Amino acid sequence: MRADLLSDAVDGLDEALAAVDGFDEALVAGLLRPQPGQTGGLTGLADAVAGTPLAARVAEAADRTAAGAAGEDHFVALAAARTALLGSVHDALTARVDEVTGRPRAEEATVAAANDNEHAANLYAAARSWLCDLVRAGWQGIDHELVGGAAPVVSAMLPDPALRRLATLLDGFAAELAASCPGVTLERVPVRRWADLWSRALLLTLPGAARASAVAEATGRLLPLGVDVQEHATAVQAQVHAVFEPADGGTPRLVRASVSAPKPDTVVGAGLWQLLRPHMSLLEAVSEGRAMDLDAMPVTAEGDLVWDDARARGGEPAEALATARVALPTAAAFAVAPLDRHPARIAVPVLLEGYGVEEGDDGIVFRVAGYRLAVDTGRVPAAGPLSPEVVAASGACVGLLRWDAGEFLLQPLAVERTVRKKTVAVHAGAWAGGTTDKAGIRAEKAATDAVGVLRERAGRLLRK
Amino acid sequence: MSVWEKSSTVRVVPSARPRKLAKVPFVELADGRLQGVVSSGSDIGRVYVSSVEAGTYAFACSTNNNRPCGGARGMFCNHIRALVGEAVLQYGAERVARYLKVEVDAAEPDAQTLTDVMAATRPAAAGSSAAARVFSRFLRQLAYLELAPSTAPVPEMQWFPTTRAVA
Repeated sequence: MRADLLSDAVDGLDEALAAVDGFDEALVAGLLRPQPGQTGGLTGLADAVAGTPLAARVAEAADRTAAGAAGEDHFVALAAARTALLGSVHDALTARVDEVTGRPRAEEATVAAANDNEHAANLYAAARSWLCDLVRAGWQGIDHELVGGAAPVVSAMLPDPALRRLATLLDGFAAELAASCPGVTLERVPVRRWADLWSRALLLTLPGAARASAVAEATGRLLPLGVDVQEHATAVQAQVHAVFEPADGGTPRLVRASVSAPKPDTVVGAGLWQLLRPHMSLLEAVSEGRAMDLDAMPVTAEGDLVWDDARARGGEPAEALATARVALPTAAAFAVAPLDRHPARIAVPVLLEGYGVEEGDDGIVFRVAGYRLAVDTGRVPAAGPLSPEVVAASGACVGLLRWDAGEFLLQPLAVERTVRKKTVAVHAGAWAGGTTDKAGIRAEKAATDAVGVLRERAGRLLRK
Repeated sequence: MSVWEKSSTVRVVPSARPRKLAKVPFVELADGRLQGVVSSGSDIGRVYVSSVEAGTYAFACSTNNNRPCGGARGMFCNHIRALVGEAVLQYGAERVARYLKVEVDAAEPDAQTLTDVMAATRPAAAGSSAAARVFSRFLRQLAYLELAPSTAPVPEMQWFPTTRAVA
């Protein structure tokens, strides 16, 4: 790994992000009647895509929006331009990461034509209408009534698996907005984040945007590297990053397997594992440090396994750090779907060894080849044994290389440390499949009780 | 813009802290109120919907069948006291105090202090108009347990990383 390359400037990055920031700042006060100070951000975005097929539509959208006369299509065009710009940022950063890891470049996936039906068109329209009202009001203009408008749309969408992605996004976004109401009293605004969530949600309301890509079958050995947990108040997803070795001797690939669920906000910590565990046997294999053998497991063109327990069985012991040392260097990544090309989506498995550790006020930093790589220990799940102290005492680390707010970050998945002259591995997802750890058992018990109470209440109160 | 403003993945609403749910299965800081659902101590089929408004501390407590709580005549009933207590466990006293606009001198306020400060202002009773809405929000969360988990990837969750920091 050539970490020294991480500090080199990326050509055009600042210019692209400046155009994004200009647009994002215009959303703070809302686009109902834009002031002269906001129009610069709109035209800046249009100028940034002037050399692309979006040029004419975005230029018109920026004009109409600046005049306070934008319709839904104009907002969609602006969201598309912003997404395209961040797509270029993603591509430039990914190219840099490829140089750093020396990993073989992924070939471009050919994505099948959209299966464009009129499925749930009215719900999509309702979501789009709410998102457009939101951007007219601006982040400083939000109030409980406006934000509450998302709830019926989310409730209607959640039960339909085809709408789950948009519903989950809107639910998390609306909860944040609700917690920040009224907007006039906000001391600070997560400017880029809310513009991200808004533009992504708006594009997901377009027919075919959230479709699953072409699916192939994967048969061979799956070697887990670690688990990444994502959650908001009412949803959780665990993603296992792994190396897949095809049985036919083909190129090993970097893949992910995901399991997600809606949840009440009081289900947290070990409760998250309990919710997900029954639906993906891979979580247990991760805890036990085992590989799994896959037989015709569906895999998308982006390298996402669509897990089915019936197509997997437990395999030989496989330690994540050994996998990272032996199998990871030759594993090729899949190309990222166009809509998913965003810096927040960058999560590249890497192995780091022989680094120096600095502990300061702003957390832990690994010194690698002269580069100071910030370690994002906050992304390690709370229900697990990998504490910041363990990370700071480590000598080898497999993690996900990420990028946020202008810098690369390392999210630890597992570390190796030396305890009494013995090498011990500690995994962020060690409790995913269950645990015999004392603190873990206590957390599991508390989580079981919490869900027990909620199920009892649901049984008694829900169908009355 | 600051680093926080330029972050795509900053956590705006921290996770709830784990707590026992038997007495108060639902608490939230929403709609300008601390509101929630408190299980009746005597009848397992009955729950109370309780709330305290931010700023004025106007309070309300009634059953899910819209009968007023006998204890909430002119002062905070035990349900409301329990609600404040559990809110402090779930969100931390500081966040609850900030949301309700309670001025406390103590560096580490506790639920008792918050309740006392609010009660000392002799708050008025609020109407029970919010009760149906709070109860339906509680039912909506319970219904989340009945939705099937999925193994199809949700790329949108990349914007919601877990965080060890809690409320």
